[in-house]
This record gives sequence, structure tokens and C-alpha cells, in this order.
Amino acid sequence: MAYPFVMALYFSVSNTVVGQGGTFVGLANFQRLLDDDTFRQTVRNSFVFTAVAVAAKTVLGVMLALILYRPLLSKRLIRGLVLLPFVIPTALSTLGWLWMYDSLYSVITWTLNRVLLVPLGFVALEVNWLGSPTLAMAAVIVVNIWRGLPFFAVTVLAGLTAIPPEFYEAAEADGAGRWGRFWHVTLPLLQPILAVVILFSTIFTFADFNIVYVLTRGGPQESTHLFATLSHALAFESMQLGKGAAVSLFMFPVLVVVVALQFHLMHREEIRHA
Amino acid sequence: MPSVRRGGAVRWFVVDHLGLVPFLLFILFPIYFMVLTAFKTDRELYDLQAVPFWIRDGVSLGHFHHLLFKTNFARWLVNSLVVSAVAMIASVAISILAAYGLARLRFPGRQSFGIAVFITYLVPPTLLFLPLTQVVNRLGLIDSLWALVLTYPTFLIPFCTWLLLGYFKVIPREIEECALVDGCGRLGVLFRIVLPVAVPGIVCAMLFAFTLAWNEFLYALTFISASVVKTVTIGVAAEMVRGDVFHWGGIMAGAVVGALPVVLMYVFFLDYYVTGLTAGSVKG
Repeated sequence: MAYPFVMALYFSVSNTVVGQGGTFVGLANFQRLLDDDTFRQTVRNSFVFTAVAVAAKTVLGVMLALILYRPLLSKRLIRGLVLLPFVIPTALSTLGWLWMYDSLYSVITWTLNRVLLVPLGFVALEVNWLGSPTLAMAAVIVVNIWRGLPFFAVTVLAGLTAIPPEFYEAAEADGAGRWGRFWHVTLPLLQPILAVVILFSTIFTFADFNIVYVLTRGGPQESTHLFATLSHALAFESMQLGKGAAVSLFMFPVLVVVVALQFHLMHREEIRHA
Repeated sequence: MPSVRRGGAVRWFVVDHLGLVPFLLFILFPIYFMVLTAFKTDRELYDLQAVPFWIRDGVSLGHFHHLLFKTNFARWLVNSLVVSAVAMIASVAISILAAYGLARLRFPGRQSFGIAVFITYLVPPTLLFLPLTQVVNRLGLIDSLWALVLTYPTFLIPFCTWLLLGYFKVIPREIEECALVDGCGRLGVLFRIVLPVAVPGIVCAMLFAFTLAWNEFLYALTFISASVVKTVTIGVAAEMVRGDVFHWGGIMAGAVVGALPVVLMYVFFLDYYVTGLTAGSVKG
């Protein structure tokens, strides 16, 4: 009796994915988008945003995981604190960043001026963090790193604890130093888990909506629009539902590539374990 | 020699903690600053001479008062609670059946169902929100909490199924076979043997389902526009942020209280979160 029930539910879930293709896609929409400057800008933004954010999260995540793996005072408390950005609703924590990036009362500008520039004899700066294209993109990326770092750190930490200590002992006996052990033992053994985490994060960074929507709404001058925010803006601000849907579907090819890579990796892992 | 080694260990202990400081600052400062802002008076908030890192003029509950009596915040909290609880219960119940079916039963196309679940789990909601808008529209559910209760399972079920699959797979088949031989039906096995053993997995799935539903933003933003039907995330992040003058103290108070339920849950169930986080993405 459970079969048809389960099957029907599965269909209903996967149909929501597949079913959309037919109803929305008109090739004309896609054609027009490719000639659209805003859309091209969005494509560039999305790749820059994803590449920089994922690279930073990977490097910082591995660093943080390596520290968390060491003997620390109250490991549990520290690990609990590190995970907080992951738990707090992104839309709400991004509001905190919006306030920190405020053009007049930014705590970042204040600290920069009062702690660094003025004591050193420089003129106090006025920075509108979300006002210029480059700064705004950097600001959005920083928030994405803040929000994604815990996930990287904790999964990499799980990978680290799975490495048998004998490997390190053997490497040490062979005369490997700290760096040598990191490069030749830790990194190669982390590689499978790291690959999965990176692919996973690539998908969700690429498809991000909340951070950009709350911080910049894609501005200034469309410099921070991502696929999701442009698609939302087209559909609900300029009421071009078809065009908006076409934009979001442009994410699909990228998604397919990443998912295919992920399957490939998982399959390889299964063979290795078998 | 041993004393040198101990000296080295102490030095590394210090170095490790020093290395941790910038990370903790980066991770915790925004949260600290949000809480701080919520408790400051407006006068201090907009005084450029005041040091922003602590409270000078005394703790004020004014922003919370404003939140409760001048906005629909209380209503938004209730809405979030109802939607998250219903979506969680429905999704976890369905996921238990689905995951058990995938882990144990043999039926044609089982493999491809497994793959389908995994793919739906990887499809981000931002790809689906426009077609779903059409569906919600056609069902006449715009501006109804039902729109959220019905759409949240589209991302909760794949996630929970995937998570539970990992737990069900490691339960030894032999226990179930014994029960089957003793005359227990399939559903009996599920309820009397499998579920009690998989309690940690189910708790974990419930926690994640609730948190994901509570934190959801895009669907709520798209399907709901009437203020009294809003959830906390869109109420605070979309409704309170509208207009030219931002009422920062109130916004931060809303963000802090809006995040509190999931943070409290997280504090009580920390270990489940950690296992779920690593299992959900890596195991499989």
C-alpha cells in the first residue's frame, strides 16, 4: 500500500521541476535576453560572485576547520558559536549587514576612521559601501562568505576527524614537517569531501537571492544583480513574467553541469568504498 | 627534551587561539552588533560621536515596544510558527515513508527515484519560484498561508528524505526480517522497529525542516503581500525596510526576535545540527 502513495508523492515533487519547462519557455525570450545589456551584466556578476565567494569560503573554511581540529578551550562552545550564521535566517542577518554598511552610520567606516585613519593623521573617509559597483559587489560577497563559512568549516572538520592518525605518524616518521603533512596527507585525503562541498556550495551561491535582495536589490547600476534577483525584478517589478522565468532558467545549464559532476564524484566514491 | 616539547605544545595552543580570534570576530560581530542596536535608544544610535561598540545611554526596550504594538510583528511570529510546524510535520511524515521505501523495498524504478530525490534536493528554490507562482495563483492561494504550507515541502521533502535515507540504510535488515517472520506487517515493522531505532535521524530531519521553513524568504515574498499573512522573515526584511527612513532600532529588534526561536532550538539540539549538516551534504 505504501508504494503508490510514495510514488505519487515523488511524482508530484519532481513534476514541479519538470512541468515548468513546457509552460514557460519561449525561445524568443531567450534570444532577446542574450542581446540585453542588463542580462549580460547579470551573467558576469553571477560568475564573479560565485567564483570569488566559493574560493574564499573554501580557503577560509579549510583554515578554520584546521584550527577547530586542534585542542581548544571549550571546543563545543566554539563550534556552536561558529555555526550561528548558518542557523539565523539569512534575510534577517543580512539586515544586520545592511545596517553595518549604512552610508551615514556605518560601524565599519567609523572603526576605519577612528581607530586607523584619524590617529595616523589621515582625513576621515566617507564611504558608501553599497553605492559604488565594485564596493557593492565586494560587500555582497563578504556577506555570502559570512553566511557560508560555517558550513564549509564544519563539513571539512568532519573530514579531518575521519583521517586516521596513523597517516600522520607515518608521514612524521618519514620526516615530513607541518606543511609537508598538510600538503601530502591532509589535503589529498580531504579532496573528496572538499569536492562535494564545493559543488554543493557552488549551486546555492550561484542561485543566491536573499543577500542581494536585502542589501542592494541588484543595484547600483545592475552591478550586483544575480540570476535570481533579476528574474524576480523582471517578473514582479516590471511584470514581465515570461522574461523573468527565462532568466531563472538560464541557471539550469550551470546546474546540470554541477549536478553531473557531483554524481560523477559520488559514483567514484562508491566504487572506492566497494 | 620533554620540557621543550611541552613548551612547543603551549606555544601552539596560544597560536591556535590567536588564529581563531579573527574568525570569531568576523562571525560573531554582526550578531553582537544587531543585538546591541536593538537595545540602544534612537538618540544614541544616530549620534556620530557615540562609540558604537557598547551602550552608553542605558538599555532601552523602546524598539521592542514599538515592534509589538506598532507593527504586525506578533502576527508574523504566529504565522511563521504555524507554517513551519505544519510544513515540518507533513514533510517529515512523507519523507519517512519515502526514505523507508527507497532504503528497503524493491520496486521497478527504485534507482531512478533515488536519483530524482537527490536532484530535486539540489534544485534551488530560486529556479522554481515563478512556475510555482502560477500554480499558487491558479489554486487561488495567493495571500494565504496555505500557499506556503503547500510549497515548502517541495524543498523540505527531498532534503529530509535524503537525510533519513542515510539513517535507514544502516539499520540492520535482520531485525526487520525477524519481525516479519514473527507476523509483523511492513507498516508494523516501520512503526515498531525502524522508527524507534531511527529517532535521532527523525529529530534531526524535524529540526532542519523547521529551520529551513522558518528561514524561507523567496516563496513568502512572492506569494504573500497582505501584511497580516506575512511570515517573520518577509515581515521584517521586506515590510519594515520599506520607505525612505529606516527605523534601524526596530528593524534590528525584529531581526533578533525573529531569529530567536531557531537559535534557541539550535542551542538545545546542537549535536543533531552538526550531524545533520555533515550527513545531509556528504553522506549518501
